[in-house]
Amino acid sequence: MTASVFEPWNDPEAKPLIHFQNVTKRYGEFTAIDNLTIDIYEREFYALLGPSGCGKTTLMRMLAGFETPTEGKIFLAGQDIAPVPPNKRAVNMMFQSYALFPHLSIWENIAFGLKREKMPKHDINDRVEEMLRLTRLEKFARRKPHQISGGQRQRVALARSLAKHPKLLLLDEPLGALDKKLRQETQFELMDIQEKTGTTFVIVTHDQEEAMTVASRVAVMDHGKIIQVATPDRIYESPNSVYVADFIGDVNLIEGTAKLNGSEAYAMSWHEGHEPLTVKSPNAFSDGQKCHLAIRPEKVAISAEKPADADNAVQGRILDIAYLGNISTYHVELPTGAVIKAQTANTRRIARRAYTWEDTVWLSWTATAGVLLAD
Amino acid sequence: MRRFVLIAIPYVWLLALFLVPFAIVLKISLSDAAIARPPYFPQFDWAEGIAAFIAELDFENFVWLTEDDLYWKAYLSSLKIAVISTFFTLLAGYPIAYGMARAPEEWRPTLMMLVILPFWTSFLIRVYAWMGILSNEGFLNQFLMWIGVISEPLIILNTNSAVYIGIVYTYLPFMILPVYSALERLDGSLIEAAEDLGCSRLTAFWLVTIPLSRTGIIAGSFLVFIPVLGEFVIPSLLGGSDTLMIGKVLWEEFFSNRDWPVASAVAVVLLLLLVIPIVLFQRNQQKQQEAEQ
Repeated sequence: MTASVFEPWNDPEAKPLIHFQNVTKRYGEFTAIDNLTIDIYEREFYALLGPSGCGKTTLMRMLAGFETPTEGKIFLAGQDIAPVPPNKRAVNMMFQSYALFPHLSIWENIAFGLKREKMPKHDINDRVEEMLRLTRLEKFARRKPHQISGGQRQRVALARSLAKHPKLLLLDEPLGALDKKLRQETQFELMDIQEKTGTTFVIVTHDQEEAMTVASRVAVMDHGKIIQVATPDRIYESPNSVYVADFIGDVNLIEGTAKLNGSEAYAMSWHEGHEPLTVKSPNAFSDGQKCHLAIRPEKVAISAEKPADADNAVQGRILDIAYLGNISTYHVELPTGAVIKAQTANTRRIARRAYTWEDTVWLSWTATAGVLLAD
Repeated sequence: MRRFVLIAIPYVWLLALFLVPFAIVLKISLSDAAIARPPYFPQFDWAEGIAAFIAELDFENFVWLTEDDLYWKAYLSSLKIAVISTFFTLLAGYPIAYGMARAPEEWRPTLMMLVILPFWTSFLIRVYAWMGILSNEGFLNQFLMWIGVISEPLIILNTNSAVYIGIVYTYLPFMILPVYSALERLDGSLIEAAEDLGCSRLTAFWLVTIPLSRTGIIAGSFLVFIPVLGEFVIPSLLGGSDTLMIGKVLWEEFFSNRDWPVASAVAVVLLLLLVIPIVLFQRNQQKQQEAEQ
């Protein structure tokens, strides 16, 4: 079982397909990419995640060849690609707007790149048919792009960019134009296709759920820098900074000062007159260092009585209840004025809910539930 | 009732300003020339009745147009000049429109203004200005001799070359504007997509930019071709004795020969010839509108 785990980034022997070496990109005074070094391995589904303007699109356009780095080098399969123009790179891109040629049929759109390669005619036929089958578009081959739906156009764009067997496929917000339901279906389709073709995918997105769903690794970016690169579960469970914790999903942040209390355990004093919180953390903190406890709402339990054996328990008043059907999020105000979110699954019908607005409740969590982060 | 009025206004307008004058021209073209005022016969007379009036009309003038080779040669020559000058206008206009569409957003209104600016001066004055530029002692020859490219002045004025220069200059905005509007709508990521799929800059231009600006090219070409076919002022001011254009023939028939019936016949045939490109033009516009929906 262990042999099938795909994680080349932990293998010191593995050679990355793409290597960014201290790459910086400036537009006049503005630094879009700031001294960035990353590795992307073959067959990876790599997500660049960040708010708009964080440099993720610039990074992708440098891979495609539409931008050149101001400083640093980019290697594709060991080769510096700075002097290679976009039309000579074994890299294809799926554009955010799809950029389908409106004057060509779906078939001709997919064949466009193959014809440029001077591929023999029957090979082009075979390849286009194969791509149409892969993306389930056989019925629409003769139509023009404006005669098909948004979801179908998205699949045409994917088929067209995959047709040339690129070593690397770049996807720029590929699902941004689709509605939520279609987007979720398409995410799984993308993963299927990525697995079937074995192509390396780099996806740019600002939607953290999308990045978490499809990617083998997620790179969280901000202001032209990579903040953290890790698998989705590690990004979520052990973010390396307040920024990542806050950007990915919902999180409660409690500020305080750390004090060593046993091996890898800390007592975090967070408010005068309250018992310090017990936190386990592999990261070392010095006594009195300012820190943040990041804890996910679903890891905070809510109860009417003070739980006897909880590592941490605080009392508060329910301020708000967000009912989402399957789960409810309780906003609980502590005596200090801070608001902590706690999430519970609605295993019982709503009429039998134990707490309501203004109720006084206890919030509790274990010592390992949260992550202690430096300022 | 309001709807009826709204529909009626353009129809009355067309009837009064297009159909009635055309009917008059058509009637004159079927009449005979006469030394009288007006210089044609018959005149409609209530006493004789419509039947007698129609009996006097005939197609003599149209038959005459086929008998004298001046006319069909003039039509053909106009056609040739119109086709060639449309081509040159496209050749000059397309790069300008392309440059405008690629210019920074804040520059475009200014560039557009510059294209339209010549219309603020009278067309006639601008053509006279070209006479000053192109004549043997004109600015162009003086400049070329000053920089030493030529030692003898070039004879341009009163040749077909001068006519082409005048036409391309005059009709350039009519080519630039529709091509520009087609190119401006073009999504830049399509060009990037073409390059990403293996096109060089040039093939991307040929395979994506040109086909996607086709409607603009067609519209611009018709907007130039249609008026140039009947052009009169430019060939008569800049052209020479060997410049044969139907507009000039028409003018001479009308004012020099005072043969209104033949002139009218020439005009009617010209109109019938122009119906073909006009219909094609309309169809292109319609297709473009459908594509935009």
